[in-house]
Amino acid sequence: MTASAVAPLVERPDATPSPNPRGRWRRRRTTSLTPVAGLGLGITMLWFSLLVLIPLIAIVVQASSGGWQAYWDALTSPQTAAALRLTVSQALLVTLVNIVMGTAIAWVLVRDRFWGKQFLEVVIDIPFALPTIVAGLVLLSLYGPSSPLGVDWANTRVAVFLAFLFVTLPFVVRTVQPVLLELEPEVEEAAASLGASRYITFRSILLPALAPAITSGAALSFARGISEYGSLVLLSGNLPYSTEVASVRILSYVEGDKLTEAAAVASILLVVALVVIVVLDIISRRVARHV
Amino acid sequence: MSITRRRVLQAAAGAIALGLTATLSGCVGGAAQPASGSGTTTLHLVGFAVPKEANNAAQKKFAETPEGKGVVWEESYGASGDQSRAVANGLKADYVNFSLEGDVSRLVKAGLVDASWQDGPTKGIVTDSVVVIVVPKGNPEGIKGWDDLVKPGVKIITPNPASSGSARWNILAAYQQVIANGGTEAEAKAYLTKFFNNVVALPGSGRDATNAFLQGSGNVLISYENEAILARQSGEDFDYIVPDATLKIENPAAVLKDANPKATDYLNFVLSTAGQEEFVAKGFRPVAAGTPVGTVEGANDPAKPFPVPSELFTIGDLGGWDAVNAKFFDETSGIVPQIQKATGKSQ
Repeated sequence: MTASAVAPLVERPDATPSPNPRGRWRRRRTTSLTPVAGLGLGITMLWFSLLVLIPLIAIVVQASSGGWQAYWDALTSPQTAAALRLTVSQALLVTLVNIVMGTAIAWVLVRDRFWGKQFLEVVIDIPFALPTIVAGLVLLSLYGPSSPLGVDWANTRVAVFLAFLFVTLPFVVRTVQPVLLELEPEVEEAAASLGASRYITFRSILLPALAPAITSGAALSFARGISEYGSLVLLSGNLPYSTEVASVRILSYVEGDKLTEAAAVASILLVVALVVIVVLDIISRRVARHV
Repeated sequence: MSITRRRVLQAAAGAIALGLTATLSGCVGGAAQPASGSGTTTLHLVGFAVPKEANNAAQKKFAETPEGKGVVWEESYGASGDQSRAVANGLKADYVNFSLEGDVSRLVKAGLVDASWQDGPTKGIVTDSVVVIVVPKGNPEGIKGWDDLVKPGVKIITPNPASSGSARWNILAAYQQVIANGGTEAEAKAYLTKFFNNVVALPGSGRDATNAFLQGSGNVLISYENEAILARQSGEDFDYIVPDATLKIENPAAVLKDANPKATDYLNFVLSTAGQEEFVAKGFRPVAAGTPVGTVEGANDPAKPFPVPSELFTIGDLGGWDAVNAKFFDETSGIVPQIQKATGKSQ
């Protein structure tokens, strides 16, 4: 990590051996491609373009066909603004919870041995596999008016938070888990034997190693949150200014044959997601460098 | 590690992109097989979900007629607006059956349906129904009509008029009943404001609203008579009330310009007495005068399934869909978004 960060800054003459041969190898690979690697890159770019870039451009083109007016109308519609605020704030909140809880769950799954661990490993992925409308039904029976817990959170903002939490649970767990598996407990033991407290070990050894995985999971979790629709259909009540999320606004614009406004709201979500991903990436770099 | 991270970030970007584009692109389903079998004709029916069973029953009867012999059906059912957009975007259809006139008008604008589709005796309408009030079994709140809905403690569920076109029938019924009973527009608006103060959920579609109601959210569901009857036919246990003043729901059907002529035969069959009887059996009110109405299971009184409200008004009485959409549902100046703004912010 340190080597690759330093390498572009310090130009070394070829005679001087690089302190990290892996860093130099990686640098060579990115500048001169073998034919096979070139083909691979070509396929990657084609696939990426067909599935991601072209649809994205289509949204932006659709949104811009109404000029700035469409963006302005979408942003100044108080109902849309309220929906965007709710969606982004709840998704951020859920992402924060996931960063803590997801890392903790991954830690327990990797480092601890207990009865039922395998079962938990499988269950973690259920929010991924479950059709979101089914998730909505499950959540409604759990937190709705006939809740066995004695609560009634249906049609409130709590319902939006819980639905986001449910569908985004696996992301941080699943990104942190493999990295944690690679980390040798011996490194922590060494740190401890050199007199580091548990906090210092966590701060200087574990966190920098886990940061990129945590932020990747957080980015995925945030992105999944702001685009959620299915699980909210039955649960949130879609009340304007109160529990209506951005995807419902988009659907409403589509139903009203206002595709330009729909695309405008979609592209605003896109920008928000990109900003959050970039910010998370910057944070992750900062933390990772903090060795 | 940085490669892993980049890959995951790319996946993240991809996930967002796919999620957003999926929201935008209407659902296009129903693989269209070209008709090639000897003696058989394939007709493509695209419609809203509610009359599926009635259409299937009518298709069976249609197959017994000389015109309907050898007709094979390829069907696609879903939300009315989504289905209409799918046909406008190229989904193969010979016969369309939607919930709202506007969903056919969209196809007229797209050049797929002839502008004369409303020239028939029923003006393009194939089924009728009315807006009704659904309450839990035994009617614990003692709801009798519209006036009881704005009392404290009533929790109304009605589908979202913004994201579901068909949900607009319900809101218009609540508004217009005030005027039908001699009220002014200001009084109707005041009633609708109180109505929205009692709304606890606006689910995405009529079916979602029914599901949320059956799960126990709310104690009043605004629905359609045919939806209530069909749900009771399939074993759901609730009561419904046909208010004294309510709105007539009119569902259109049309044949596409380049459709197989058999599609017109089917439309004629649906409008015939034999065809209408199949729709009546599933809870729709007939559009063809003189259709014998027998026993309808699931209705409050199966022997007299369709009580005639003392005040029954239509979209025509409100000035037609174009005028209604502009007056009530326009994003900025519409009565309903403004009321929602006022009530939503006070909550």
